[in-house]
Amino acid sequence: MSAKPVNAAIEGWHTLDTDKPQLLGSRCDSCGTYYFPKMLKYCRNPGCDSSDFSEVPLSRTGKIWSYTNACYKPPEPFVADDPFVPYAIAAVELAEEQMIVLGQVVKGIDVDQLKVGMDVELVLETLHETEEDTKVTWKWKPVA
Amino acid sequence: MSNDIAILGVGMHPWGKWGHNFVEYGVAAARAAIADAGIDWKDVGFVSGAATMRCGYPGYVAGATFAQALGWQGAEVNTSYAACASGSQALAAARAKILSGECEVALVVGADTTPKGFLAPAKGYRPEDPDWVRFYLGITNPTYFALYARRRMDVYGDTEEDFGLVKVKNSEHGFTNPNARYKKKFTLDDVAQSAMVADPLRLLNVCATSDGGAAMIVCSMDYAKKMGKADAVKVAAISTVTPTFASEVVEMPDIATDSAAAAGVEAHRFRASLPVKAYEEAGIGPEDVSVAEVYDLSSALELDWYEDLQFCARGEAAQLVREGVTKLGGRLPVNTSGGLACFGEAVPAQALAQVCELTWQLRGQAGDRQVEGAKVGITANQGLFGHGSSVIVKR
Ligand SMILES: [Zn+2]
Repeated sequence: MSAKPVNAAIEGWHTLDTDKPQLLGSRCDSCGTYYFPKMLKYCRNPGCDSSDFSEVPLSRTGKIWSYTNACYKPPEPFVADDPFVPYAIAAVELAEEQMIVLGQVVKGIDVDQLKVGMDVELVLETLHETEEDTKVTWKWKPVA
Repeated sequence: MSNDIAILGVGMHPWGKWGHNFVEYGVAAARAAIADAGIDWKDVGFVSGAATMRCGYPGYVAGATFAQALGWQGAEVNTSYAACASGSQALAAARAKILSGECEVALVVGADTTPKGFLAPAKGYRPEDPDWVRFYLGITNPTYFALYARRRMDVYGDTEEDFGLVKVKNSEHGFTNPNARYKKKFTLDDVAQSAMVADPLRLLNVCATSDGGAAMIVCSMDYAKKMGKADAVKVAAISTVTPTFASEVVEMPDIATDSAAAAGVEAHRFRASLPVKAYEEAGIGPEDVSVAEVYDLSSALELDWYEDLQFCARGEAAQLVREGVTKLGGRLPVNTSGGLACFGEAVPAQALAQVCELTWQLRGQAGDRQVEGAKVGITANQGLFGHGSSVIVKR
């Protein structure tokens, strides 16, 4: 492992807690709608015109709504391993927030190990490395 | 008062990867539509273009670009951009102009030239652009369609073979279509042997991007009568409604859905809301439909559309394709043109191409692809950022 500093691939979208990381979203102070990525300016609920929001960590566990994988290298700005290693992707339903959040699935898990309705939790894993740091992002991991 | 307008003429430039300027395709399609309508170009009072975002400034002002290419003759122009629904919005603009009495005859055109290879977002670190974010995180267009397909498999029991049947059906339909790009009768085995792109979708389950052009001449019912074409195919409804908050299905390019956590908010499915408004506007129900053109960005997505268009209950779409209901000769043929499977997507032209096919079907001019006695046709498509459309045409 490199001794490079670890940074979020997209700054401010999740905590860097290595043990129990969480996505960082926001919640409308008026109607309670959650947003990820964060919305801090205008509530998109048609029945609400609030512009007051609080930043909130989101549930770090959910159920798989659906899943797939990427068999081909995506175009830029994705930074792919060379050679490219396919990875699985999951769309996960968060019960409290009543929203679906996409994300890669941790390395080593392929689609044949996934199922709609399966419990997963949020972890951090490397997305890619730069000269200066290791960029991590959130990934979904089946709960053992 | 009737909101019908008549489709006097339709025309297309064949789909392909021709690499020419998009204006050429638009002009060819427009001239074919004008000839089909039996009018003079100078009779057109309104030119409504569907914009392309890939061909520079002329594409942003497509209405004027086509009007100039056909020869400035003083018509008013309009350009619409609405992703995959661009053509329908251009048609809606023409209909509004005609129904308000401001013009009698309008030309609607869409054409595109597509780049080779993957569509990729503009460069630079842009975390506020969802389209940039999803690519950065490794989520491409096929990801979304694969998620929908896999959910069908796990929840309804659909199989990869069902998706293959859709591809086989559409390739048989498009085989004799002179405007289609891919003319090969694929077998279930061909599909199963093609490379996996995004599980469970293989290369032959996902659509390509193409060059192409489609156009139509539309007019008031009075004008159609004057032309001796009172029995022309009519546009009975155009729906371009937005989704309703909150969303039940994660849509491209979003990384998350809108939350339904607010009290009293239910999650909705966007695709299903498009035909609801169209059926209502036309006073026509799904049971009246004789033929449909739907956006098969993936062959599994075609099955979602059967349910969204209310051709069957949720979860039962695979049964329709297994029984041949949606095949030519079946009770309700879908994608008789061959669909995106045989065309590949030429965004601003695609919604219009769907209406062209239905017009030929309702006139009885679809040749080998003809649906006997077709009376009512419906289109459906969906694109980025809440854009989608559904158009109903009738005899
Ligand atoms: Zn609110």
